Amino acid sequence: MGIRLEVNGRAIEAVKGETVLTALNRNGMHVPTICNLKDLSPSGACRMCVVEVKGLETLVPACSFPIEEPMTILTHSPRVLRARKTNVELLLSNHPDDCLYCERSGSCELQSLSEDLNIRERRIPGKKSPHKMDKSSPAIVRDPAKCILCGRCVRICEEIMSTSCLDFAHRGNELCISTTLSKPLNFSNCTSCGQCLISCPTGALIEHVQFPELDAHIHEPEKIVVAQFTPAVAVSVAEQLGYKPGTNLSGIITAVLRRYGFDHVLETSFGAEMMMMEQVEIYKKRAAEGNGLLLMTSSCPSWVQFVEQSYPELIPILSTLKSPQQILGALIKEWYPKQPGNENKEIVSVVITSCTAAKTEARRVEMSKSGIPVIDLVLTTRELARLIKLSGLDLDRLEPEQPDAPFYSPGSAGKLCGVAGGEIEATVRTLYSNLTGRELPPAKLHRFRIHKSFREMVIEVGDREVIMGTVSGLSNAVALLKEIKNGKRKVDLLEVMACPDGCVNGGGQPLPVDEKVLRNRSKAVYDLDNGSKLHTAHQSPSIQKIYNEVLGEPGGEKSQELLFTTFKKREVLL
Amino acid sequence: MLPDKEFILKLARSAPTELSPEDQERSDLLKKVSLLRPLVMVNCSTSGVVAGAKQTWEAIENYVSDRSIDIDLAETGSIGLSSEEPVVSVQLPGRTRLFFSKVTADRVPNMLDDLFHHVVPDQKLIGQLRQSGHEPWSDLPYLDEIPFFALQNRIVMGDCGIIDPFSMGEYIVGGGYKAFLQTIRSLTISEVCDLVVASGLRGRSGGGFATGLKWKAAFNTPSDQKYLICNAEESDPGAFMDRNLMEGNPFLLLEGISIAAYAIGSNRAYIYIRSEYKDAIRKIKNAILQLRESGLLGDNIMDSGYNLQISLRKGPGAFVCGEETALIASLEGKRGMPSSKPPYPSTSGYLGRPTVVNNVETLSNLPAIIRNGPQWFNGIGPEGCPGTKIFSISGRVRISGLVEVPMGTTFNTIVNEIAGGVETGRELKALHVGGPAGCMVPAEMMDVPVSFESLKSNELVMGSGGILVMDDKTCVVNTVKYFMDYVDKQSCGKCIPCREGTRRMAEILRSIIRKSTDEEGHTTLELFKGVMQLESLAEVMKDTSLCGLGQNAPNPVLSSLKYFRHEYEEHIFDRKCNSNTCTELRSWFIDVDMCTGCSICAKRCPTEAIIGTARHPYFIVQQKCIGCGICYEVCKFTAVYYK
Repeated sequence: MGIRLEVNGRAIEAVKGETVLTALNRNGMHVPTICNLKDLSPSGACRMCVVEVKGLETLVPACSFPIEEPMTILTHSPRVLRARKTNVELLLSNHPDDCLYCERSGSCELQSLSEDLNIRERRIPGKKSPHKMDKSSPAIVRDPAKCILCGRCVRICEEIMSTSCLDFAHRGNELCISTTLSKPLNFSNCTSCGQCLISCPTGALIEHVQFPELDAHIHEPEKIVVAQFTPAVAVSVAEQLGYKPGTNLSGIITAVLRRYGFDHVLETSFGAEMMMMEQVEIYKKRAAEGNGLLLMTSSCPSWVQFVEQSYPELIPILSTLKSPQQILGALIKEWYPKQPGNENKEIVSVVITSCTAAKTEARRVEMSKSGIPVIDLVLTTRELARLIKLSGLDLDRLEPEQPDAPFYSPGSAGKLCGVAGGEIEATVRTLYSNLTGRELPPAKLHRFRIHKSFREMVIEVGDREVIMGTVSGLSNAVALLKEIKNGKRKVDLLEVMACPDGCVNGGGQPLPVDEKVLRNRSKAVYDLDNGSKLHTAHQSPSIQKIYNEVLGEPGGEKSQELLFTTFKKREVLL
Repeated sequence: MLPDKEFILKLARSAPTELSPEDQERSDLLKKVSLLRPLVMVNCSTSGVVAGAKQTWEAIENYVSDRSIDIDLAETGSIGLSSEEPVVSVQLPGRTRLFFSKVTADRVPNMLDDLFHHVVPDQKLIGQLRQSGHEPWSDLPYLDEIPFFALQNRIVMGDCGIIDPFSMGEYIVGGGYKAFLQTIRSLTISEVCDLVVASGLRGRSGGGFATGLKWKAAFNTPSDQKYLICNAEESDPGAFMDRNLMEGNPFLLLEGISIAAYAIGSNRAYIYIRSEYKDAIRKIKNAILQLRESGLLGDNIMDSGYNLQISLRKGPGAFVCGEETALIASLEGKRGMPSSKPPYPSTSGYLGRPTVVNNVETLSNLPAIIRNGPQWFNGIGPEGCPGTKIFSISGRVRISGLVEVPMGTTFNTIVNEIAGGVETGRELKALHVGGPAGCMVPAEMMDVPVSFESLKSNELVMGSGGILVMDDKTCVVNTVKYFMDYVDKQSCGKCIPCREGTRRMAEILRSIIRKSTDEEGHTTLELFKGVMQLESLAEVMKDTSLCGLGQNAPNPVLSSLKYFRHEYEEHIFDRKCNSNTCTELRSWFIDVDMCTGCSICAKRCPTEAIIGTARHPYFIVQQKCIGCGICYEVCKFTAVYYK
């Protein structure tokens, strides 16, 4: 039912029952928001979206005010602007004056609000609340001094990720975001997915920056520094370097990293293709012995930790493979020491990824050899952007380069893993070939590429039906698993990604992120696949070579030693 | 002969207009109209206990057991004379009840000696209760004649301090539960709503919203389950009228809740009470138990087909949980943080169902309205604002306590005529009405009639009815700071303007009453900036806060700035507190004639502000002095004084 609103003198149509904010946004009119999260119910906490409604005594929050009758609204009257400005000044009065040194300088929402509202003096003096930083987690650093208590992290962690490791504690101006019993973050059930980080408007949540540690390794002649970067990084770092969002910079990144001082540069997609080869064998074995949900992917470190902590009974259904970066990491530490000239050299393995959970994953006992982590450093996309800027290289003058042999796969199967659904799509291509002897035309699976958090598809593989599925966002995964348990859905082979929309939306990605940016990144990954000449892992000559020369058979003893891992129940403070 | 309980229920069920002689006699005993032995009642509710009522009770017990005297010793609530507690009332068989004030344990023996010999002790007598059929005491004032009571109209509070709050029998035999049973037997839900709308009853917690209309909104929202919640989270400093009602007459509140629950179509009611009100909790628990056992609560009440369950829930102690959406969140087990309105609780409240949240005083009005009809209620007080309001008065006033007056009574009547005004030698400066959400009423506005409309037109509010009396020696800025500190601690923290705004305003006020060189280093210029911030911060807080706490927190500041700006300016520019309350603004001096030069003060001074040579008069350096007063305390020669 349509209701007419008059906003700033202009007539717009609204739907009865919807909020003022929805109506404004649909008509291209914007008011600032902080605590509002798309797809979640409005909070009404920050009071930034207040507007003036004729006839009402106080200003009303646009995000939570339902439209029941015609109204006259002013979104930028002097009264409203004064209120917004005072609100932000109040926030600033309790915020560290740290902009120059802050990780979020340049992408901070509080900073942009202050600029938009023309705040140019410290008008409200006063004491700042004392806070301690929490640096306990390998992946995420909490700085409550910079927290503006918008509550976005709390809601994301609870409603989107079913983890709820952060919540409000205390009251009034002692209100803060805290963990259970105020313990350090690494005691909690945090899975390091980093969704809180990318929803945080300020520098209160940042990744554990490891990029300065590179200095100790990069120019040492006794050290061989090997870098690998993921496909999500390749299509996203462009945003921080002035290129059009979605530009694929993989060749340029390789060139930069070599000139920066890395001895070898690889792409994690090689490890992903190894993973697919092994995955097919695991699936075949399980399919011969049982039915129902046979296999859930284990490539997402956050998802794996989530299962270990909260659903340990599902561990038998998880795959027994490491993640692509750990697979490639294991190969790096196996192969490079044996190369001529490397006898007395230390191999330093660096992963550049969009994933914050990879930082925690690298410290797992299972991911170390003789007590030393297989992967030494994990850097996020944002850290890579800093590295590139620090290098001073003019990217426009660089020619794209290829990663080092033998760990270079020219195909696109491994690169598809950047988006949710990509891993399973590429795995099924190899599964199909393995079981039928024929190749599945990639276009047959393009129906799978719709933008939904859960998708499933039935594939005829020879004489049987395989139901492949993908789900992203841990709350969606939990709901899906419940439906599978209740018999409402059937999936045989399930890919689970903790981050909604997959690795392109990982905790280490450039900020700020919105729907348009995510779509550009996903499209870039699909374009890579569409434009490629080689679509499968098993047809890749370099993959075949590795099996022939190093590993033997997929699932064989050497694979088991290097590429497989175990998962176990973990006790955490919930 | 029927046991007491059956007898009471028989009366409740049949509500006869005339009783048989045996029934009348029995009823009179239950109502304490006739007594078999002397009755002594002690106010053992909170106001009595803090004044020593427990010790008084023990003293009375010891007295009668030592002398083997047979009496009925019973607890009662407070009649509202809080500054005169412990109040003890004594009724000898056949004679009217006498009320005595300040009966501490040591006064008990002499008092009872006199009374049991039919001699009236002449000290601290408040008065006698007007009771027909009882022989009055000659030459003693009736309670309803003394100014404190004469000007009140105690339609809600009347039985507090008179009846035994543990006795369901006394309540019912005195006419209680007649209204409820009449309602569920002969009125439809919609008729009850209409009746209350017609009565004009408005919420007594400060909002003043028409109760009947709130009920109708819930009544009109279809749902499988509706809830009635009684808001007994009374956390305003200075407000204790709800506490008194619950401690003095819990059955009245429960009857009111039952009527309200019926009216909105609910069979589930909750009382959300602050956990600090332990006495009220035990009385309400006892009352609910008795009502359940007698069938006045539960399934198919008195064969009417109506089911009702009332449960008590204790709030963990937050002022913000008095706000209805925060209260509902707390009941649901979540953090007590308010949420945006609309949607209002009447359409979507507790567990998403239509919920009506009513105040204790509002609900306690209902039985009388049903019994006497809406026209009767309408006739009390001015048009548009009928009925009475209970005010809790404290501060620099002769009598502190609870006063129930018709709406439209002036502040002058309430404070000066009823509560005795300020002490001799002092002048009334202002009233602070409504606690932390309230406003200041300066002396020149004492003749404003107290009703929602008349106060609003004078830019005042009544809040929940707490009145703090301020005399010429009370500092306005200090009082406002006190309330701002309270709100600062009690803010839930959800929205920016309240969370940060109350903290900054409290800081500014604190810096105003402190010496100019404190850790924040605020100089006079910054303080001036501070006062300008106060007003603009206050206005934004009022305009933007999420709930009533933040929206009303600036009221004391804004209203005091309106009438007492000069006091702020004196504090800021002259650095003086003319009421002599702000100790840090005192200027301390040493009298050269009295000082012996012992140098103790100089040694004890925390800022080394006292200089001098031994055996010569010492001198306080004003710029270094922080006004702590330690020198005054340690000086043996009374040589230190302040101006």
